[in-house]
Amino acid sequence: MDKQRITIDPITRLEGHGKIEIFLNEKGEVENTYFQIPELRGFERFCVGRPVEEMPILTNRICGVCPEAHHMAAAKAADAVYHVDPPSTAKKLRELLYSAFYVTDHATHFYALAGPDFVMGPDAPVAERNILGVIHKVGLETGGKVIQARKYGHDVIEKIGGRKVHPCTAIPGGQTTGITEEQRQEIEKMGRWAVEFAQFSLGLFNDIVLGNKAYVDLILGDIYTHATYYIGVVDDQNLVNFYDGNVSVVAPDGERIGKYAPSEYRDWIAERVEPWTYLKFPYLKKVGWKGFVDGKDSGVYCATPLSRLNAADGMATPLAQEQYEKFYSVLGGKPVHQRLATHWARLIELLYAAERWVELATDPEITSTNFHTVPTETPTEGVGIVEAPRGTLTHHYWTDERGVLTRVNLIVGTTNNYAPISMSVKKAAQNLIKKGTKVTEPVLNMIEMAFRAYDPCFGCATHSLPGQMPLQVTIHDVDGEVIDVVRRD
Amino acid sequence: MATNGKPKFAMYWAAACGGCEISVLNIHEKILDVDANFDVVFWPVAMDSKYKDVEAMPDQSILLTLFNGGIRNEENEEIAHLLRKKSQLLVAFGSCASEGGIPALANLGTRQSIFETAYFTVSTENPAQVYPQSTYEAPEGELHIPRIYPVLKTLDQVVPVDYYMPGCPPEPHQISAVIDLVIQVLQGKAELPPKGSVIGAGMSTVCDECTRKRNEKKLKKFVRIQDVETIDPELCLLEQGIPCNGPATRSGCNARCPSVGAQCVGCYGPAEGVIDYGARLMSSFASVIDSNDPEEVDRILNGIPDPAGQFYRFNLAKSILRASRYAWKGE
Repeated sequence: MDKQRITIDPITRLEGHGKIEIFLNEKGEVENTYFQIPELRGFERFCVGRPVEEMPILTNRICGVCPEAHHMAAAKAADAVYHVDPPSTAKKLRELLYSAFYVTDHATHFYALAGPDFVMGPDAPVAERNILGVIHKVGLETGGKVIQARKYGHDVIEKIGGRKVHPCTAIPGGQTTGITEEQRQEIEKMGRWAVEFAQFSLGLFNDIVLGNKAYVDLILGDIYTHATYYIGVVDDQNLVNFYDGNVSVVAPDGERIGKYAPSEYRDWIAERVEPWTYLKFPYLKKVGWKGFVDGKDSGVYCATPLSRLNAADGMATPLAQEQYEKFYSVLGGKPVHQRLATHWARLIELLYAAERWVELATDPEITSTNFHTVPTETPTEGVGIVEAPRGTLTHHYWTDERGVLTRVNLIVGTTNNYAPISMSVKKAAQNLIKKGTKVTEPVLNMIEMAFRAYDPCFGCATHSLPGQMPLQVTIHDVDGEVIDVVRRD
Repeated sequence: MATNGKPKFAMYWAAACGGCEISVLNIHEKILDVDANFDVVFWPVAMDSKYKDVEAMPDQSILLTLFNGGIRNEENEEIAHLLRKKSQLLVAFGSCASEGGIPALANLGTRQSIFETAYFTVSTENPAQVYPQSTYEAPEGELHIPRIYPVLKTLDQVVPVDYYMPGCPPEPHQISAVIDLVIQVLQGKAELPPKGSVIGAGMSTVCDECTRKRNEKKLKKFVRIQDVETIDPELCLLEQGIPCNGPATRSGCNARCPSVGAQCVGCYGPAEGVIDYGARLMSSFASVIDSNDPEEVDRILNGIPDPAGQFYRFNLAKSILRASRYAWKGE
């Protein structure tokens, strides 16, 4: 047997580095791929024994790129533990912070991470295929706007959450503080700017990507397509919502097979352990785990911006709804399975988040001082779900009668997508590496694009500056001899 | 030295959340000063870089390395040794590298219990009792993931550290100040503080920079923050009975959390001169309890439901205790 191995290590970093192992068979074709996550910190264990009101602070530290998502899911789970319904001002403040966070997060991803592939082209020289290249091509003014979007988003997070990173104001029953009229006015002004910025971004996508047949073909092509289930939080009108609602589950044929309330998640979602990675693989329990395959019989599902659009009936704000309709009319109806369309879906969510930011900032209740309800019931058990930018985020807590945690279960955003990401990597590798293929840097980038669409949290790394992942592929023969090294310089 | 003659800069994350990196990016335009004055040679979050490139550099060729994250597994430690060798100044950046941070709360339990929890949660279907293996024989070949250590260690527990920069994460204005200082040192306009110093933080406590009104504290009970009807926006949180860690915690953040009605959680670490953070905080709390009756004192202290977490939330790994003996047994 003359099997070969290709190692991509590190692909990027957030929690340690992800690592891809590609095994070739004797024909020189891709036999299998393994996408490994080499880190485990054990939050589910060491949060036990802590008071439940600390969870919004403790679980922030799962991810410093999206602590806002953990802060919200934890606060909602803690509300549920205490059976307390926070005043509407508290919920609106949380959602306002969260909307501003989405604008920051989605904008950064599009411009720094995904943008370079499309604006510069997947096979552009490495030195140009980064955020600086994007800025040179679309103009310095655009770069300034991206920085401004980041700044404004973090300003709002700090005003409501107290800190730019790791907010601290959500507690069981509501918030520790509200906002003043003066702060509200600033937040509104920044939100209006964000709506314009989102529209500008969609315009840019329209001109550069949709106006280029080669890119449209790439999006619609088979390499980056998987027919899986999709999940996403929707409101009672079945419209996309990031902060609150039930989780809609849609089959590969587009049929909604059900919706679950946060407390029912265990009827729907199960997780699988594999011995070669520290991260688990969630799947739809009702369908079952059938391996790393797509289709209606496989419980593999996806939870991304694309999934949320597929799982909903529309967007709750007018401008985003227009874009939603255009999205499905251009891509040929629902559901859309082409993973690269996730980038477009993300921009539609960016617009929704900005519109929602303005709606909430102009809500007459938002400056009310009624932002907390003291819990009166004995704490027991509760589940909180929000949509993190990278997927449905579930926090489930059990406490004793003092509200001290006795058990914790977390299903984190990116984890939802671990199986589909693994499948996308394998499919891209199989399509791109054939017998005799010289594994060049552009080929590696095309494989990377497969998981970049999911904006995986272990890829949040590239959320910044040049958007360039460290990559090195070493090809070994069966004796471990290095026969080829491809690296990014 | 760098081909462009500029001193080299590196930043790395070990067992971290990425918040330190985000905080560095939140210095906004100041990041251009970093670019103008340094040759950024290794910073996985921001640029293409490989371990191999670092390995190829001469020893001591990086002037400044900001290292964030604790040492949770063998890979974290390997990179720590590598960067120590290559760097003139190694800074433990943020709570996790300095003191272990939130993930060091895992040191209260065993590594085995982390695995038994994570791979057997209520939503995990694992009838075959599969655990991840550091070496696994897949049908196509052998696969490796790093071995996780029994206890999480701070950076200075595996390599010598030159400076400590606290905070979870360090505040952007403090990061800017440190960058300014280093640039001034390079220009010969300032001198570095003595090795081993805490930089990018104050010399007193969070209480000293908190704008809340303080009176003589006399506590008859501790309260949980969610049980407070209305948090007085002006009055010291501890005086309201909310267990605020300000008295033991180093200044430097502008009392950010107390300013929005949330208690200080202690992320800036022990105040200057404090050896064990938890011991100092316990004595601070004890000194404001308004009772001499042992039973009443007990009752008051019962208002803190999780003493270990309260007193060592961010710094268990750096405390005198460091870890429970059960955790050490896994060594």
